[in-house]
Amino acid sequence: MESALSVQNVTKRFGDFTAVDQVSFEVEDGKFFSILGPSGCGKTTLLRMIAGFYKPDGGTLLFNGKNMDGVAPNKRPVNLVFQNLALFPMMNVHENIAFGLRRRGERGPEVDRKVRSLLERVGLPESGKKQISQLSGGQKQRIAIARCLIMEPTVLLLDEPLGALDAKLREHMKVELKTLQSQVGTTFVYITHDQSEAMVMSDTVAVMNNGHFEQIGTPQELYHEPKSSFVAQFVGNNNKLRVRLHRDAEGDTIARYSDRYDFKLAQKFEQSGLEDEYDLFIRPEAVIINPGEGRENFQTVPVDVTSILFDGGNSRLMVKPLGTEGELVVALPQTREYDSIRSGDRIQVGWDLNKTVCFKRSDWKLYDEE
Amino acid sequence: MMKNRQHIKWGFLFFFLPVVLWLFLLIVLPHLELLRLSFTKANTGKLTLDNYLAFFREPIYWLTFVRTAGYSILVTFLVMVISLPVSFYISKMVRGRMTGALMILILVPFWVSELIRVYGWMILLRESGILNHFLVTLGFFKEPVEMLYNDITMIMGLVYTSMLFMVVPVIGVMDDLDNSIIEAAYDLGASKIAIWRTIIIPHCASGLVNGGIIVFMLVLGSYLTPNLMGGKNSLWFTEQIYNQIILYFNWNQGAAFGFLLLALSSLIIWVLLKLTKQNLKEVVKK
Ligand SMILES: Nc1ncnc2c1ncn2[C@@H]1O[C@H](COP(=O)(O)OP(=O)(O)OP(=O)(O)O)[C@@H](O)[C@H]1O
Ligand SMILES: [Mg+2]
Repeated sequence: MESALSVQNVTKRFGDFTAVDQVSFEVEDGKFFSILGPSGCGKTTLLRMIAGFYKPDGGTLLFNGKNMDGVAPNKRPVNLVFQNLALFPMMNVHENIAFGLRRRGERGPEVDRKVRSLLERVGLPESGKKQISQLSGGQKQRIAIARCLIMEPTVLLLDEPLGALDAKLREHMKVELKTLQSQVGTTFVYITHDQSEAMVMSDTVAVMNNGHFEQIGTPQELYHEPKSSFVAQFVGNNNKLRVRLHRDAEGDTIARYSDRYDFKLAQKFEQSGLEDEYDLFIRPEAVIINPGEGRENFQTVPVDVTSILFDGGNSRLMVKPLGTEGELVVALPQTREYDSIRSGDRIQVGWDLNKTVCFKRSDWKLYDEE
Repeated sequence: MMKNRQHIKWGFLFFFLPVVLWLFLLIVLPHLELLRLSFTKANTGKLTLDNYLAFFREPIYWLTFVRTAGYSILVTFLVMVISLPVSFYISKMVRGRMTGALMILILVPFWVSELIRVYGWMILLRESGILNHFLVTLGFFKEPVEMLYNDITMIMGLVYTSMLFMVVPVIGVMDDLDNSIIEAAYDLGASKIAIWRTIIIPHCASGLVNGGIIVFMLVLGSYLTPNLMGGKNSLWFTEQIYNQIILYFNWNQGAAFGFLLLALSSLIIWVLLKLTKQNLKEVVKK
């Protein structure tokens, strides 16, 4: 099947600075594709090239197999929901939504019918006569999306449309957007710096950093099998342990942590990389409290509990491996099994070797660290 | 609390009184006197409508009047049409320092008096002027042509003189227009013309009406430019008032003409506001 959108080696430079660097991806028809990356990594620049506002310095863009080289934004079968929504304040809601159809030369009751059915679809059937200033943040959101959907675009581009909303409403709109997308069946390309948004809504996520794609995959793949240190850090919560690698007598790769612990690794490493600086990543929920004896491919560590952070289903233990200054976050399942654990206790934690990943150290500035 | 309120009242009066006095002594009082004059007969001082009737009886008067009104509207319209792209360029196309430099370029001519500016045009355009010299030297014309003293030159001069008063308010509102709104319209399939018609001009309406009122009043009441650049053939109504008062010492007739001009400008501004559905209070506030 032909892709709704095909981006091939697209590059954009501003002077000496390369904002988007050789990016390639394909989006199948009807899919929800997200581009996830920290602020300033080039997401908006990439989207503006797809919409036609920037001319790429290299590469090709195809919509349904048609080359878009030299096609102006008003002639492209894509529409963009802007980061700040950009509703027309000089028009009411109905006129905003009908704008695109009018520009195509559509007139008469057919336009009214389409606008009304779309208003119903986004759950605002009564607000056609309202002025833009009379809408709430979430309503503006939906009108901005409706204004684009009425054009029946090949691809709908969304630039962090939930950015301006408060946390509660954002949670709500996440689910709503996903539902809307599956109902209308339009291909969505969604930009965000919020990994939870990307994970919840998308069929496929591309993780972007410094102008290039680090990894493209389903949310599950990105979470469980990150291909780079950046993805491991940016997608989901992760414990990061600074380790150095060496090889034991049997030829297995061992990660030495704080010159004290030797953690076995399931991953195999090239000879050349040994002894360099590496980071070992362990998901908080991969760490098991008091695992007991006799597990295969398992690594245990004695730790001191430094604090207990109770947050319902998201509760965590902060622990410190004995004799080190490091700190590990451990998921604390609320099964009442661990109710007896107190701050200051000495316990055992452990993890399955297959659930850890190790990458060569590369420190990223994460703008999103809150 | 009580004391405080007293305080505010006195302070208010202190600033308010000079304004009221100024308005009363310099604007209201002379107008009342002119109004009285316009309804009385010269020399005898008897009440009469003759001064107003003379306007309708003598075609030269009302023809000049209609001409002045028509040309003022035309000039206002031309200034609007020209200032839109100029403002767009200054506000949206150039960045940073260039914006300030261009604004100064527009402002600079207004640091010299209108008289000097008009003489500048005259030096440029007259028969022995610079433009003629070039055109003849380059072989476009065989001999110099008189470019001054016709309606087109006069309109050009009026447009030039009043440009600033339109560009400044229009840039003011255009700066508030978010670029992404223009881009959104473009993205939704609007052509350049449609973007101007549906987004930019409606957004700038308040600035256009604001500037339109100022320009219209300035042009309608201008004396120097039409007189010097339009010459004998292009009568402006202000010249009729001048002639009555200064040449014929007929203050009564001049006063009547003055009030007719005032009525005309008020009427046309009212129509303009009604047509654009703007409200004077809002326009003045912006
Ligand atoms: N017109 C421009 N001229 C020069 N540099 C630009 C321009 N637009 C963007 N950049 C630079 O390109 C980089 C990427 O910008 P972009 O707007 O694409 O980031 P983003 O990923 O959308 O960030 P955010 O999440 O904050 O919106 C930034 O470093 C920015 O400074
Ligand atoms: Mg952005």
